[in-house]
Amino acid sequence: MQLTLGPLLYYWPKQQVLDFYAQAADWPVASIYLGEVVCARRHELRTADWLALGSELAQSGKQIIYSSQAVLESGSDLSSLRKLAQAGGVLEANDLGAIRIAREAGIAYVAGPHLNIYNGPALDWHINAGATRWVAPLEASANTVAAILSEKTAEIETEIFAHGRLPLAFSARCFTARHFDLSKDACEFKCIEHADGMLLKTREGKEFLRINGIQTQSAACYALINDVAKMQNIDYLRISPQAEYTPEIIDAYSTQINTQQQNADWAQFNPEGLVNGYWHGQAGIQSTQEAL
Amino acid sequence: MSAHLPELICPAGSLPALKAAVDHGADAVYLGFKNATNARNFAGLNFTDTQIRTGIEYAQSRDREVLVAINTYAQAGRVKEWHAAIDAAADAGANAVILADLGLLDYAMRVHPQLNRHLSVQGSATNFEAVNLAQDYFGIRRAVLPRVLTLPQVEYVIKNTSVEIEVFGFGSLCVMAEGRCILSSYATGESPNTHGVCSPASHVQWIPQGDTMDTRLNGILIDHFEAGEPAGYPTLCKGRFEVNNATYYALEEPTSLNALSVLPELLRIGVRAIKVEGRQRSPAYTAEVTKTLRAAIDAAGDARYSVKPAWQQALTKVSEGHQQTLGAYSRPWR
Repeated sequence: MQLTLGPLLYYWPKQQVLDFYAQAADWPVASIYLGEVVCARRHELRTADWLALGSELAQSGKQIIYSSQAVLESGSDLSSLRKLAQAGGVLEANDLGAIRIAREAGIAYVAGPHLNIYNGPALDWHINAGATRWVAPLEASANTVAAILSEKTAEIETEIFAHGRLPLAFSARCFTARHFDLSKDACEFKCIEHADGMLLKTREGKEFLRINGIQTQSAACYALINDVAKMQNIDYLRISPQAEYTPEIIDAYSTQINTQQQNADWAQFNPEGLVNGYWHGQAGIQSTQEAL
Repeated sequence: MSAHLPELICPAGSLPALKAAVDHGADAVYLGFKNATNARNFAGLNFTDTQIRTGIEYAQSRDREVLVAINTYAQAGRVKEWHAAIDAAADAGANAVILADLGLLDYAMRVHPQLNRHLSVQGSATNFEAVNLAQDYFGIRRAVLPRVLTLPQVEYVIKNTSVEIEVFGFGSLCVMAEGRCILSSYATGESPNTHGVCSPASHVQWIPQGDTMDTRLNGILIDHFEAGEPAGYPTLCKGRFEVNNATYYALEEPTSLNALSVLPELLRIGVRAIKVEGRQRSPAYTAEVTKTLRAAIDAAGDARYSVKPAWQQALTKVSEGHQQTLGAYSRPWR
């Protein structure tokens, strides 16, 4: 079992992004996903910058995978993706159109977590279409993933989203712009002021969700570190980047995988709370005590 | 039905709703079975095999179509249930099945090649490459676009595909890209993808507090209503929440999509079908909305088209929170 660094879901200033990935070159992760998944208006790094960053990071021996935007709408969204595909690496497809673009470019793809693969025949279809790895849906439990794997008939690597704020939904509307009473097309790039998104609380003050541009995330952090020992047939654990403590979190998971020991302080890296309900077949917001 | 007018596709949660839609001018109705294979899996709704046959007979004898929505994702270990639903739709003589799951599209194409296949809105095809992939591999006749595109973006899809494009014209509004939202399972364990439900009633609590009202979903406070405020169903993206010390509809107001004012534009760009949301609504709703949209679509080809106040009033009456929006069709949407 190896770790991967998922795509950066937040909007940070360019230098912060470059500094983050300069560190990542030394982290114990097998693959690094690069690219803009959330919003085409986020242009601190443009397609050419992501490709340059990818070339540079590949020197460290990591596998570089370029992630597609989850909601591809405009002609320019598609042409940016074609540029990523034509660079000849691997594409993480989060959209059917991205699969078509990967096929046209003759490259393999990772079937991303937003492609809704819930059964063996669907996974087989992706394998036949050129997927070499799939990321299970976020809401899939351990039992569901096992059932999908037992139903498939061909070989493929399996990755799960193991740690981070869960990307729960994508919209046409930008909730960050809405908060500031700005239109999506004139959003003043407010996302850049919120390195981990903006917390959304219920009217009784319970932290519930997190708005991140057109994306809605969980307020709490999904954490499967205590489930790692029992996992079977999982090849990769995805760690989703956050503004602070990403290296410490990766170190904690690496220690867990290699020594079955835990860094005592791993839970402190996500003071917003930890959940693991999805993996245990419950509502995502639940926490199973023995596992956390 | 005129050659250049888009088809009107209306919801049927029951046989009376199907008849109401057909009687009031729907070109096609869409419906689902009484199980988790369709994305409106609510108690008391939907069709048995026998009812589907009756409905198909009623519609087709009047030259209308019946489209069967099997638009949830087949759950591992139970795929046969979804295959059985496709078989039943084919056996009953449905005009098309509406599917989102790629494995099911593949199955339908191999086993029932004569049965038209439509890509469901739950399939999240927001661009022409996605629509064309579904055409390349599954030979789809039509794709239903998620409610996230502007009119120019819809036009761009249509210009770059030979697949028929269907869009939503009226009904309760998903602010999220369909098929890309698991908020419901985050809060309750059940989502459209897995159970065919969003914010399921089994997890809803209405809690009166004196003359105010709290609405909760699996214990999570979705909204609080003061005395005299009409309390809405706690769909979790339509509650009031606090962000940065401001309490407001942070994601979406309780509102309905109403595309009446842009119908001529939808005709001009070549939309082939206009869909009404609301399989969970009453036959009276279906009748009212079908009648109104039929009249509007029939008038929309006329250069002097304008939205009649009577149409607007009829639709306002049946709108969520009595509010309406153009949603993503209109760029200033916030």
